[in-house]
Amino acid sequence: MSENLVEPPPEHCPGTQSEQAGNSSACQGCPNQKICSSGQLKQVDPDIEIIKTRLSVVSHKILVLSGKGGVGKSTVSSQLAFYLQKQGHEVGLMDIDICGPSIPKIMGMEGEQLHQTSLGWEPVYVEDNLAVVSIGFLLNEPNQAIIWRGPKKNTMIKQFLKDVYWNKLDYLVIDTPPGTSDEHLSIVQYLKQTQPEGAIIVTTPQEISLLDVRKEITFCKKVGLPVLGVIENMSIFICPKCKTETKIFPPTTGGAIKMCQEMEVPYLGSIPLDPLIARSCDQGKCYVTEFPNSLASQAYNKIFKDLINKIQPQDPKSQ
Amino acid sequence: EDKADMEKLDLRMKVIQHKILVMSGKGGVGKSTVSSLLALGLAEMGFKVGILDVDICGPSIPKLLNCENGSIVNKPWGWVPVTGTNNILVMSIAFITGTKETPVIWRGPRKTNMIVRFLKDTYWGKLDYLVIDTPPGTSDEHLSAVKSLSSSSSFYSLMVTTPQDLSISTVLRQINFCSKLKLPLLGIIHNMDGYACPCCGEICEIFEHGMCDKELEKLNVKSLGKIPIDPQICLNGDNGTSIFKDHPNSPLTTSFKQILQQITTLVKS
Repeated sequence: MSENLVEPPPEHCPGTQSEQAGNSSACQGCPNQKICSSGQLKQVDPDIEIIKTRLSVVSHKILVLSGKGGVGKSTVSSQLAFYLQKQGHEVGLMDIDICGPSIPKIMGMEGEQLHQTSLGWEPVYVEDNLAVVSIGFLLNEPNQAIIWRGPKKNTMIKQFLKDVYWNKLDYLVIDTPPGTSDEHLSIVQYLKQTQPEGAIIVTTPQEISLLDVRKEITFCKKVGLPVLGVIENMSIFICPKCKTETKIFPPTTGGAIKMCQEMEVPYLGSIPLDPLIARSCDQGKCYVTEFPNSLASQAYNKIFKDLINKIQPQDPKSQ
Repeated sequence: EDKADMEKLDLRMKVIQHKILVMSGKGGVGKSTVSSLLALGLAEMGFKVGILDVDICGPSIPKLLNCENGSIVNKPWGWVPVTGTNNILVMSIAFITGTKETPVIWRGPRKTNMIVRFLKDTYWGKLDYLVIDTPPGTSDEHLSAVKSLSSSSSFYSLMVTTPQDLSISTVLRQINFCSKLKLPLLGIIHNMDGYACPCCGEICEIFEHGMCDKELEKLNVKSLGKIPIDPQICLNGDNGTSIFKDHPNSPLTTSFKQILQQITTLVKS
């Protein structure tokens, strides 16, 4: 919607769709004042209704977020999708990282294409009950750069939500890029009417990552998205030879546990750093299936089990 | 008005000898760490260095250079940057927005505006090097920075990657971006390449090399060197201190010094 504005909203903007839009003291002299006070921005986006209908077949929508890049959002998203799929649920995985999609590679589906059918875009099926959507499936060649500014990214995300034809889904996992910008604002805005379950936040233990993650949690609170909990990834590394534990990313400020206490959000658990996770992702294989007895697999299973019990306590399938 | 802005921006950039844009498609591969190491190392070599953080939603540079609590002073000749470790001049959104928990929830156009203002209004004065740290991806921030500096001389990009295919494949996209925008690429730094167990010394590839190495070779892009994983760098980062001062002879600093030598030679040629 903000695409209609003449200029980006200024510092003290009361919100372009708010009651005071165009009439507050901060609006004086703003080049957008006329548009805001006309009320055209307050009108409901007709696409929101279409998205609501489209997603009415999806029971639970879970976002995976992190302020910081490279902490394992896509890995956690993919492992969660695999976990739910193995439990017998119908699962969808949507990758809204438009400029750096990693899901196609991680799911072993690179080079696949989305197909247009009379019902809408058909997602790519990894298993009968696991379907994936990503911009990576719309590229002619995998190394093509996607040089898009915000508005174009928003249109793409809207199209994913509006046009992808899902069968009945128990879970839709949404993988996001780092930050608190276009992709995040858009997905939250478009999903608002569909009651998303909430967000899983991923971080690594060091302060430089927590710095960005705190901001992401505040973002969730601001936009009214519940925080399901925080996963601390890459917490320890165990040498494959001498089995010594080392902290590659040292938690100088107490790590995720302390941050969760300070920010009053649930802590879900930690996952150790295992080189086999990165290898599985590069090869497009499910790490937990390949190495079911590893420490990281056990950690993943426990975290996801607790999480799903929280979302759906009486679900017979998860017991 | 746009033209006047660009003239002002060009004037500021004219007195900065070399500009290096640090990029990577993937997040968390070490862009900010490499940017800060680059700045710290160049400063140690006696150069006058500035660093501009265009990661609007997740700024890390103020923390890495121990100037988190700095604020920007507005003087008649422009915004005065904050001074960090090793007297490096730093400009970042973190100096403008509130507490460390406050997110900057901005869409693209507003980020673009901010970046142009950073470039146009910051009073860097004369610098030998301006390092520009970017967020992951190829979107608003990158386009804005590259387009604003397109008429500047000695403006280069530098890529950072980890050995994993997942990271290299995004770098391949990023190289594509640079060639589309006609931005010369200095080379690639391979970060987090191997980890030596502090107990037994066993070298472990935490992020393994994959198939994409070959594709990168085909493109004939210069490799500037490899940096191992070293938990010390995280500690230095969290404290905002210089690893060059604290651990001048560690494997990480030794390999980074070689990288610095190459970069300073490359920009002159």
